[in-house]
Amino acid sequence: MTQTTSGQHLLSELVAHLREHRTKLREEWAERIQQAHLLTAMTPQEMAAETTSVYDNYVEVLETGSVEALQHYARDLSERIIPRGVETHEVVGIVLLLRDVLARSLFEKYQRDFGLLNQVLDAYEPAANRIANTVAVSFVDERERVIRQQQDAIRELSTPVLPVRERLLILPIIGVLDSDRAKQLTEQLLAGIRRHRARVVVIDITGAPDVDEAVANHLVQTVDASRLMGASVIITGLSPKIAQTLVTIGVDLSKMNTIGDLQGGLEEAERLLGYAVTKKEDATLS
Amino acid sequence: MNSGPALVSILRQGSTLIASIHTALDDSELVRFRTDLVGQIGEHRCRGVIIDVAALDVIDSFAALTLRTIAEMARLRGARTVIVGIQPEVAFTMVRLGMGTGGIPTALDLEEGLALLTGGADGDRRRS
Repeated sequence: MTQTTSGQHLLSELVAHLREHRTKLREEWAERIQQAHLLTAMTPQEMAAETTSVYDNYVEVLETGSVEALQHYARDLSERIIPRGVETHEVVGIVLLLRDVLARSLFEKYQRDFGLLNQVLDAYEPAANRIANTVAVSFVDERERVIRQQQDAIRELSTPVLPVRERLLILPIIGVLDSDRAKQLTEQLLAGIRRHRARVVVIDITGAPDVDEAVANHLVQTVDASRLMGASVIITGLSPKIAQTLVTIGVDLSKMNTIGDLQGGLEEAERLLGYAVTKKEDATLS
Repeated sequence: MNSGPALVSILRQGSTLIASIHTALDDSELVRFRTDLVGQIGEHRCRGVIIDVAALDVIDSFAALTLRTIAEMARLRGARTVIVGIQPEVAFTMVRLGMGTGGIPTALDLEEGLALLTGGADGDRRRS
């Protein structure tokens, strides 16, 4: 009991100390952040504003022991800084720096009385660690939320099957092609072939960063299935990376008709369908 | 002979035989279909065969094999075979199970199949 009371007494004493030297400690902290090259995405003014509010929040949590306000603040802060490319290690880094700066100042204040310093640190350290923990967890949570949101957005992006000319479809693939999306793509393509009575389909995968083995095989199967429905498939825009993947995993590509880019693919498709595109002499771009 | 509605119909159109499968056939029915069809190629001196499978929502491995053998037998008797009307789900299932149509040309529907057989050069290019 007395232990707790004295702990609380010490804590309030140290909070008072931190409030008293607020400006000096905050500046020292900001300097340390700069030296460590953290938060480089922020302007000095923003840094000053953020460090001040983080500092005040920090001291308040030390005083009240309630992490809820801090959680809220950390989430809010994360929401603001994540889009600017602030990394997890930077956020954790600055909180740990603040902890160290404040600990140093406590060392300085209580250096003559080692026993008292010990007690102060006993009160300070758990609270400070809890804060560091809370901030880091909030930041990572927020990041994961953003990632989840983006994944949903990608999934929701439909895979459009677009008729370009009579009996010619194009299917641009943008974004990561996972198994779910590949399956959806196949269904839409085969249905599109029937609906539009397509004879040639150009699948453009310029916008797909990478494919794995399952998706590559799925793609080959889609090409085969399209052929069974009487449509030839031309694949365009294979990046060097994807080309390498396909060759390395040994997908049978002998039946795949591939052309470098979408333009070439369309030209080949027009050739297959017997179209001849000619330029009018008096064409103007007005 | 079994009574009831015909399971398949084999019609002649010029020098082309059009065989439509109306319902899922069991193995013995498939064998009989093959015998009938290949027999008629000779009778009518046909140069082309179109097998319409639009009514089938399942093509199992035996059916796929039968289609391949029909095509091969027809070729030996001097006729080219085109399979038409494979449904999207059927097409993907066939590919997934690794039972393609071999080298048999395919087309979207009857009309396309006829165009493929009559405009031979176009058909050859499309298969490449």
